Amino acid sequence: MSTATATEATTFASALNTAMSDAMEEDDSVVVFGEDVGTLGGVFRITDGLTTRFGENRCFDTPLAESGIAGTAVGMAINGMRPVIEMQFDAFAYPALEQVFSHIAKMANRTRGRVRLPIVIRIPYGGGVGGVEHHCDSSEAYYAHTAGLKVFTPATVADAYLMLREAIDTEDPVVFFEPKKLYWSKAGEDLSALRQQYESSADTAGAESPRVGPTGNAKVVREGTDVSIISYGPSVSTVLKAAEAAAEDGISAEVLDLRSVVPFDEEALVSTVEKTGRAVVVAEAQGFVSVASEITARIQERCFHSLASPVLRVTGFDIPYPAPKLEEHHLPSVDRILDALDELQWED
Amino acid sequence: MTDNTTPHASPPSADNRADTSPTAVDSGPHSLVSPAAGHEKAEHASRILEASRSFGITAEQYMLPAQQQIRMLDPDGSLVPEEQQGTGPGHEYPIPEDDVLLKAYTSLVAGRRINDQNYALVRQGRMAVYPSSHGQEACQVGAALCLGEGDWMFPTYRDSVAVISRGVDPLDVMVSFRGDWHCGYDPKAYRVGAMSTPLTTQLLHAVGVAHAAKLRGEDTVVLAMCGDGATSEGDFHEALNFAAVFEVPVVFFVQNNGYAISVPLSNQSAAPSLAHKAIGYGLAGEQVDGNDMVAVLATLRRAVHLARENSMPLLLEAVTYRMQAHTNADDETRYRDREEVEQWKRKDPLLRMQKLLTAKGLLDEAAETQIAAAAEEVAASLRQAMSAEPEEDPLEIFDHVYTEPTAQLSAQRSQLADELAGVDAEEGTR
Ligand SMILES: Cc1ncc(C[n+]2csc(CCOP(=O)(O)OP(=O)(O)O)c2C)c(N)n1
Ligand SMILES: [Mg+2]
Repeated sequence: MSTATATEATTFASALNTAMSDAMEEDDSVVVFGEDVGTLGGVFRITDGLTTRFGENRCFDTPLAESGIAGTAVGMAINGMRPVIEMQFDAFAYPALEQVFSHIAKMANRTRGRVRLPIVIRIPYGGGVGGVEHHCDSSEAYYAHTAGLKVFTPATVADAYLMLREAIDTEDPVVFFEPKKLYWSKAGEDLSALRQQYESSADTAGAESPRVGPTGNAKVVREGTDVSIISYGPSVSTVLKAAEAAAEDGISAEVLDLRSVVPFDEEALVSTVEKTGRAVVVAEAQGFVSVASEITARIQERCFHSLASPVLRVTGFDIPYPAPKLEEHHLPSVDRILDALDELQWED
Repeated sequence: MTDNTTPHASPPSADNRADTSPTAVDSGPHSLVSPAAGHEKAEHASRILEASRSFGITAEQYMLPAQQQIRMLDPDGSLVPEEQQGTGPGHEYPIPEDDVLLKAYTSLVAGRRINDQNYALVRQGRMAVYPSSHGQEACQVGAALCLGEGDWMFPTYRDSVAVISRGVDPLDVMVSFRGDWHCGYDPKAYRVGAMSTPLTTQLLHAVGVAHAAKLRGEDTVVLAMCGDGATSEGDFHEALNFAAVFEVPVVFFVQNNGYAISVPLSNQSAAPSLAHKAIGYGLAGEQVDGNDMVAVLATLRRAVHLARENSMPLLLEAVTYRMQAHTNADDETRYRDREEVEQWKRKDPLLRMQKLLTAKGLLDEAAETQIAAAAEEVAASLRQAMSAEPEEDPLEIFDHVYTEPTAQLSAQRSQLADELAGVDAEEGTR
């Protein structure tokens, strides 16, 4: 996987895989563990080949217990390691929540910054893959609500590589949400160019930099003038399609990809909404008390006088994730986003 | 056909019975060898087997606790004859040297004084809360003295005296009980985890520290501490299992003081003892009289030694009693009677040790006075420190949440700074 070159299309999965192997190559203290990540290479094959290449001390299978995985990661991080742990599916990360909320998030604070836990918790998340019950949750709000955690979620192949490298290098714990519907998406990215881009960007920030940094670094992934559509992770590709369709109807939509929910790049948000005067927030998760709610509240607080219409949200319904045959009705779709755009009081 | 040697296989069928090999017969129905294809045991099983063979006993005899609690000191302080100590092949516990016993006694006296001082400080409203280990000091002291400098300890809220005995400044240990937001000491400097309140979560941290050390080729032993009630938590199970599978030198040390707040042990577990829990995970368990300083030290030291030698975890259950309420907020009269407490008073770990050392000629009146004076000094420094207003900067609550603050945290910090400046200005004009 790590041998992919510019001539062949690079998948999201191989970008993640290469990010881990590059980090392991660079730093002996980076260790990868979880359920089935060793011999099998993970149920999504994201850790494929790491055990063969780096040995069983660097990438290994644990007993089947998520709290055990997260709690062991805490101890290993206390003792100088940089654990990258995999939760097999979004909903199977829940047994680890006590370790995540009570220790991983709080250890630096409790020890006055003396013990930092550079742990990355990788979670394949979201729907759109026909998964059954317990395999399609969008659980980012639980983690984003917890002070002390960073929450990253890449939407492109390039970000899969760049953001995972950064997550592993960050001293703070990062919950790294991988949209599973993007795993086999491809882009003409050259992994060695990405590697170079990452390595030369260490002290950079802002629009030109790929680094999320301490305050977030959202990207305008499509420029527009009439409305801002704010999104992240698995929804960004849907939003881009909707923006394309809207353009045919004469609406110029700007699309903002948050990239990280925490840190939250409020300035990028304010800047796009002040420019367009209208905003729609799109996310797969249930809308009630969600990341989309928070974004909407911030727009209201910061951009009230620039707004020509109420801020709308297009999110999943407030239901447990539906059965595979029904998920298309639940997930934010191009049509539903276009309907929201229609409601933005254009006539005024 | 080797199926019939699998411990919990279904009854052997006619043909695999016919196929029984001589080795399988020799190793008996609970053999840990020759698993079926696809059912190979962890290497750990053979390590247990190796260890048990070196003691000339079976793996089960090695993993199960001895027939009786290990005890070396009578409640009246005299040495128990060797054949009555509960020890036996694979369960042998050499008595620590005199200087170690004397050091342990010094720490016991200091620990008792600290417990009682803190209890008083809470009653006077000078400390927010204190979970006292009065009665459990032998366990507390043993936990600290069994470890080498490079080893680690993962304590609970109950284990202040263990943390202090390990060398952390008592004033720093009391910081969180005083009501501050941080743990008070640098865990890495002392190799002592921040005292943990979410029950048994710290046991997994212990496993992780040991595993990281093992991967680097260091022989760090980690002592992982919890109470009897906590053994019902899921992380207790996960930690024992991970430690056994990873083959890491973690000594799990359970202080069974009979209660989890108000709930007695009988509501927590139906196992013959908490030490019996070890065998299910493939590690050795032992039960010790937790009010017997000599036995606690002997068993802990040997457990640490075995863990280090074999890179294997062990479980030690110390049977003891909490003489004071769970914390100052607890009313113990609602769940236990005075008579029970009185019975345990007669097993006091300090008195037993004092009698032994006096009989051995290691302790005279002059030494006693000196030890008591040293303990009094610590108590006095605690009293003094707790009567002063703590100097803290409220703005620091924002400073360690992330390595660098997010924009939102910076804004909230400025807001509080402005509010505090406003308060100062107001106070200045009065
Ligand atoms: C996960 C969790 N649940 C509940 C509590 C509240 N709690 C604090 S101490 C305690 C009793 C623990 O009893 P035991 O493990 O026997 O330790 P002891 O206090 O007796 O030393 C409880 C229920 C907690 N701290 N953590
Ligand atoms: Mg108890």
